[in-house]
Amino acid sequence: MDFEYSDEQRMLKDSIDRLIGPAYDDLGKRKATQAQGPGFSEELWSKYAELGLTALPFSEEDGGFGGGPVETMVVMEAIGRGLALEPYLASIVIAGNLLRLGGTAGQREACIPKIADGSLRVAFAHVERQARYDLFDVGTHAKKTDHGYTIEGDKSVVLSGDSAQKLIVSARTSSASRRDHHGITLFLVDADAPGISRRDFPTQDGQRGAAISFAGVDVPESAIVGTLDHGGELIAHVIDIAIAAVCSEAVGAMTSLHALTLDYLKTRKQFGVPIGSFQVLQHKAVDMFTALEQARSMTYFAAMMATSDDPRERRRALSAAKVQINNSAKFVGETAVQLHGGIGVTMEYRAGHYFKRLTMIQSLFGDTDHHMRIVDHAGGMLETV
Amino acid sequence: MDLRFTPEEVAFRDQMRTFFRENIPADIRNRLGSGRHVNKEEWVESQRIMNRHGYAVPHWPVEYGGRGWSPIQLYIYNEEMMSENCPTPLPFNTHMVGPVIAAFGTEAQKAQYLPRIANIDDWWCQGFSEPGAGSDLASLKTKAVREGEEWVINGQKTWTTLGQWADWIFVLARTNPEARKPQEGISFILVDMKTPGVTVRPIQLIDGDYEVNEVWFDDVRVPYGNLVGTENRGWDCAKFLLGNERSNIARIGASKARLRRIREIARSVPAGDGALWDSEAFRHKVAAVEIELKALEMTQLRVVAAERDHGNKPNPASSILKIKGSEIQQATTELALQMAGPFALAYHDSNEEIPEGRNDLPDGFGWADTAAPEYFNYRKVSIYGGSNEIQRNIIAKAVLGF
Ligand SMILES: Cc1cc2nc3c(=O)[nH]c(=O)nc-3n(C[C@H](O)[C@H](O)[C@H](O)COP(=O)(O)OP(=O)(O)OC[C@H]3O[C@@H](n4cnc5c(N)ncnc54)[C@H](O)[C@@H]3O)c2cc1C
Repeated sequence: MDFEYSDEQRMLKDSIDRLIGPAYDDLGKRKATQAQGPGFSEELWSKYAELGLTALPFSEEDGGFGGGPVETMVVMEAIGRGLALEPYLASIVIAGNLLRLGGTAGQREACIPKIADGSLRVAFAHVERQARYDLFDVGTHAKKTDHGYTIEGDKSVVLSGDSAQKLIVSARTSSASRRDHHGITLFLVDADAPGISRRDFPTQDGQRGAAISFAGVDVPESAIVGTLDHGGELIAHVIDIAIAAVCSEAVGAMTSLHALTLDYLKTRKQFGVPIGSFQVLQHKAVDMFTALEQARSMTYFAAMMATSDDPRERRRALSAAKVQINNSAKFVGETAVQLHGGIGVTMEYRAGHYFKRLTMIQSLFGDTDHHMRIVDHAGGMLETV
Repeated sequence: MDLRFTPEEVAFRDQMRTFFRENIPADIRNRLGSGRHVNKEEWVESQRIMNRHGYAVPHWPVEYGGRGWSPIQLYIYNEEMMSENCPTPLPFNTHMVGPVIAAFGTEAQKAQYLPRIANIDDWWCQGFSEPGAGSDLASLKTKAVREGEEWVINGQKTWTTLGQWADWIFVLARTNPEARKPQEGISFILVDMKTPGVTVRPIQLIDGDYEVNEVWFDDVRVPYGNLVGTENRGWDCAKFLLGNERSNIARIGASKARLRRIREIARSVPAGDGALWDSEAFRHKVAAVEIELKALEMTQLRVVAAERDHGNKPNPASSILKIKGSEIQQATTELALQMAGPFALAYHDSNEEIPEGRNDLPDGFGWADTAAPEYFNYRKVSIYGGSNEIQRNIIAKAVLGF
C-alpha cells in the first residue's frame, strides 16, 4: 500500500501549480478572463497542452500519455486549488474518456491528436430537463434513416457546451421506456451541424454551460461512439471517472479554502486579539480539517475504484465517495464563509469563490440523497474491497 | 395556559392578511416570494401604502404614528406581512433610526425626521461597522471633531446595506478619543449622504447582486445639531437600537413562506417516474425543518407573551431567536437548492425580468434560477446583526452565567 505520489506525479503537480497558480491568483484578472472569449484562457489551454495535460488520459498508441485516475487526480486537485476556469473536466475527463473507451479507431484518429494539441474541445450533451440525476433517463431519440440516424431532442446544462467544437450526444435508439439503461447510443457530432442550436449561460461558479437543442440532426452510422444501444454502460463508467475527478477538484478547493481560513484566523484581529485565539473558532478550524482529510481519503478510494471492471462495485464506491465529498464540501465551504465574517460573502475575496464552486460540485453528477440511495441499494459499505 | 390565539387575535390576523393581500401589489409580492429582489421604487411604494393605512410603524410610540398594539398584535402583523411576501418597511428607518430619534432625539429632530422616516421620504442606512470594527464594534475609528457649530467627520464605514440608495446615514463616530472605555467616547450622528466628502462604493456579494457598500467620510461637515442624544453617549443609542429587534428577528413568516413554496414546487419537479416530492428522504428533510420552525414559533410566542405580561424585561428564551431563526432560514434555502438540483447551475442576473414562457426553454426551470443565489446570500444571516458566535458568547455570559 502506498499513498505517496511517484516522482513523476510530484513533478506533474509542481508544474501544474506553476501554470495555474499565477493565472488565477488575482480575482480581477480572473474576472477579466471570464468576460472574454469562451470564458476561460485559451492561452492557458494551449499551455495545458504543452504540458501534456490534455493528452493525459489517452493511450500511447492514440498519441496520449496513458495516465490513469491518479494523474487525473493530480490535475483536478490543482484546478480546484487554483480556481481555474479551463474546461478540463468536460473536455478531457468526460468527453476524452468517452472517446478513449468508446471511440472507433477512425474517431480516435480524427479527434485525439487535436484534443491533445489543444485545438479541439468536445462536450458531453447528456442531461435532460426531466432526468435530474438519472443517468439513463434519455428522452432524446435517434431514428434510423437510410444513411444513418436523425437526432431529435433537448439537452440542458451541458458543461462547457457553449464553446466546444464537437459534441457527444446521448440518444435513445431502442426500448420503449425513457428510463431504460438499455437502448441508449452515443453520437459524435460537429457542434455547428445543421439542426443544432445552443443557448449558453454563465454558471453560478463562474464557468460556462449551454442548453442545446437537436432538431432533426442527421448523422452517419460512423458517428456512433461505443456500441449501438449499449451507451448506458459507457456513460456510467465515464461518469464514475468524472465523479472521482470532481472529488479531487473539491479536495483541492477545500485545501486552499482551509489554508485561507487558517491564515485569516491568525491575522484578523477583533477585541485586540487574533480571532483565532477564540477556542470556538479553533475547534471549527479543526472540524474543517477533519472533514477535509476524510474527503481526501475517500478521494484516494474513488481514484482506485474508478478503474474497476466490476460496474456494481465501482458504482457503489464512487457513490460513497461522492456522499463524503458532498458532506465535507458543504461543511468546509459554509464554515469558511462564517469564520471570515462579512468578507466571506463578497465576490472580492477568494473564500466566496471556493464556496460557490464547492456548492455546485455537490449537485454535479448526483446529490447526496441520490448517491446515498445507490449505496443503500447496493447493501451498504461493509462488504466492499 | 392556552396556546391558542384569542378570537380577537384571530380576527386581527385575518384583518392583517387581507390588508396585505389586497393592498400590496401582487407583482411585488410574487417577485419577493420567488426569491428575486425588489427595486428601490417598489420598496418605497410598498412602505408608503402601509404608512397610508397606519401600518408602517405600528410599534412606534403613539404620538409619532404608533398604534399602541400589544406585543402579540405586533407579532401577528410582522408574521402576516412576511408570510404574504411583502417587503418589510425598511428596517434602518422603522426599527433603527426612527425609534432612536423617538427615544433620544430633541423635539425639533422628532418633528423634522420622524414623519419622513415613516413614509420613507428619506432612505436611511446604518453606518456602524468598519473594516477593523465588526464584532468588536466599540473599536470603531471613524471620528467626528467639533468645530464651532459643525462636526467634521473622517473615516470609513463598510457593509453598509443599500447605502447606494440611501439619502441619509446614521453614523457611530468617536468624539472623545480620551475616554476611559472604548464605548464611552462615541456619538450617534446623522449625515446627509449628499454632503461633500461622502463617497459610496458598492460591493458585489456572492449571489452576484449589490447589497452592501463601503462609505468614506473625508472632511464631511454636518451641523452640530445632527447629534442624537448626548455627546459621547452614542453607545446608549446603539445598544437601544440593537436590542430593539426582538419581535421579528427570527423571520418565522418568511421561512414559512419559503417552505410553502418548496412543498408546492417539489410536486412538479420531475424525478424518476414521478416527482421529487415522492422522495421520502426529501420530504423528511422538509418536515424536519418545519418541526424546528414550529418549535421556534412557540419560543417566539413565549417571548412575545412574556413581553405583554412583564414589559420589556429581557427574557432568556429571546436570546436563541437570532441563532435558530438564522439557521432555519438558511436550512430553507438549502432545501430549495437541493430541489433545484442540476438546474441551479445556470446563473441569471437576478434583476433581469424572466420572460413569460421561460419554463419552456430547455435549460431548466424559471424558479430554479434563484435557488443558488438565495442560498449564497443567506450565509449573511448568521454573520450580521451580531454573528451567531457572538450571540452564543452573549447567551453563555448573560443567561448561563459563565
Ligand atoms: C450582508 C451584510 C450586511 C450588513 N449590513 C450592515 C449595515 O447595514 N450596517 C453596518 O453597520 N454593518 C452591517 N453589516 C456588518 C455586520 O454587522 C458585521 O459583518 C458583523 O458584525 C461581523 O463583523 P465582521 O464581518 O467584521 O467579522 P469579524 O468580527 O471579523 O468576525 C469574523 C469571525 O470571527 C468570529 N468572532 C469574532 N469575535 C469573536 C469572539 N469574541 N468569539 C468567538 N467568535 C468571534 C465571528 O463570529 C466571525 O465568525 C453587514 C454585514 C453583512 C454580511
